[in-house]
Amino acid sequence: MEILLKYKKIQTDGFSFRLAKNKVFFCFMIFMSMIAISPVIFIIAKLIIKGIRQINLDFFYNVAPNTLEAMTAIANGEIIPGGIANGITGSILMVLLASVMAIPAGILTGIYLSENQDKLFANIIRNISEILQGVPSIVLGIISYLWIVINITKGFSAFAGSISLAIMMLPLIIKSTEETLKMIPLTIKEAAMSLGVPYHKIIFKVLLPTGMGGLLTGILLAISRVLGETAPLMLTALGSSVINFDVTKPTSAVPLLIWEFYNDPNLLDLVWSSSLFLMGFVLILNIIVKRIAKKYN
Amino acid sequence: MNKAIIDIKNPVLTIENLSVSYEKGKYAVKDVSAGVKKNSITAIMGPSGCGKSTLLRAINRMHELYPSIQTLGKIYLDNKDISSIPSIKLRQKIGMVFQRPNPFPTMSIYDNVIAGYKLNGTRIKRSKKDKIVEKSLCDVVLWDEVKDSLHKRGTFLSGGQQQRLCVARTLAFQPEIILMDEPTSALDPIATAKIEDLLTELKKKYTIILVTHNMSQAARISDFSMFMYLGELIEYGKTKELFTNPVNKKTEEYLTGKFG
Repeated sequence: MEILLKYKKIQTDGFSFRLAKNKVFFCFMIFMSMIAISPVIFIIAKLIIKGIRQINLDFFYNVAPNTLEAMTAIANGEIIPGGIANGITGSILMVLLASVMAIPAGILTGIYLSENQDKLFANIIRNISEILQGVPSIVLGIISYLWIVINITKGFSAFAGSISLAIMMLPLIIKSTEETLKMIPLTIKEAAMSLGVPYHKIIFKVLLPTGMGGLLTGILLAISRVLGETAPLMLTALGSSVINFDVTKPTSAVPLLIWEFYNDPNLLDLVWSSSLFLMGFVLILNIIVKRIAKKYN
Repeated sequence: MNKAIIDIKNPVLTIENLSVSYEKGKYAVKDVSAGVKKNSITAIMGPSGCGKSTLLRAINRMHELYPSIQTLGKIYLDNKDISSIPSIKLRQKIGMVFQRPNPFPTMSIYDNVIAGYKLNGTRIKRSKKDKIVEKSLCDVVLWDEVKDSLHKRGTFLSGGQQQRLCVARTLAFQPEIILMDEPTSALDPIATAKIEDLLTELKKKYTIILVTHNMSQAARISDFSMFMYLGELIEYGKTKELFTNPVNKKTEEYLTGKFG
């Protein structure tokens, strides 16, 4: 009996040690995950604490004040008047223009790649598009500067900015379109074939609607990716202190404004509120993406 | 090998020396000639990879969508060469049902039935559409089950219902011939029985060519049976005779379960 108890003790001891190891490992994982997400929480907290008091209707309707006005406002203990209306309109203008250029090209390329998996030409395009994804955004800005700013608009312009953004969006849309269409079972396509539907109609009326969720997700992700791009816009759109809808003129964007505010000690408070706005907007876009993906699955 | 191929009088479909190759020199279907009788069920049997589906897909020219596939020989529908019929018209006359139910996932039940008209851009009146949908769904005995949810997605139905919906989609064109590529292999026994009942009902109006892996299914519902082996049509005859008294040794071995 004694021996049996002893044996049992050893056995449970060994077991509890293993359980403890499991627990330690589990806690370690939780701890590391906390560390991984803590920057996000700290960033959002800081942005809200520093930026929220600047955000009012004026912030969306007006452009930023000059240094002097801001200085007096601060000296009087008020918040800085004005906001980032020029940035919001500029961002919308350039992202819209970039989308108009990148979405059709990206989706058609994605369709081509998914329909011709093993062809040499398709493989070349796929590889080039992957290379494009790795090109630093500042380089795209320089390229757009050389092509558009110097040769076409003869000056900094929203058009040049949107070209560089469009090039950034392309590989993202191509990849997501290809991956989405590859997932659609062949039987759906064959069903349409057996009804005598011509090839282009199979693509546009069967494949694209079936993969709509994936396509929308890819497009929105690409948009939220380029919304925060600063580097390519510095060399192309430059920035502007007024609201501008002329694509051949210099135009502002929210990330450009953040950079400008940062360089002006009196406007420093606006950095926080613009960052908060940009972050919130991208966050909302991402939540919409998740919703769409869920709905279509 | 001694082949035994029945001569069908006044066939609705005639296959003449048909060969299909996926790669150059490699034939999946070799020199098949046969006729198909109107208003009957013709079953095509054989072990995996014998070319059953390839033969079936040659009949509505599905192969021409894959440029690497070569088709030799002729097929006549009502004495008209099918290669001279535009593919839209041909596929309206020769419908097809697939192995797995494949309703269009983005469309409602109603739209699935008239998908052929919708996707081809054929304009028809609303009242005519309703009539086609009701008639097709009645023909496949699905109307009572779905008449209250016509505008729900087709993919919410059960597997057997989806497959009947796919048959209805084919019937909407009032085809002459329906090709079926193992239509019950993804279904449970009850759904299979319903489809089989449906087929025996449908043969009054349509000609059905059925590829099947399931010998007993062929014995149960078909009027004529083909046995294919390694791309060749080995034996073709009335189902009763073929099953009770096969001429070819390979056919006998297959039917008794020695291979396949």
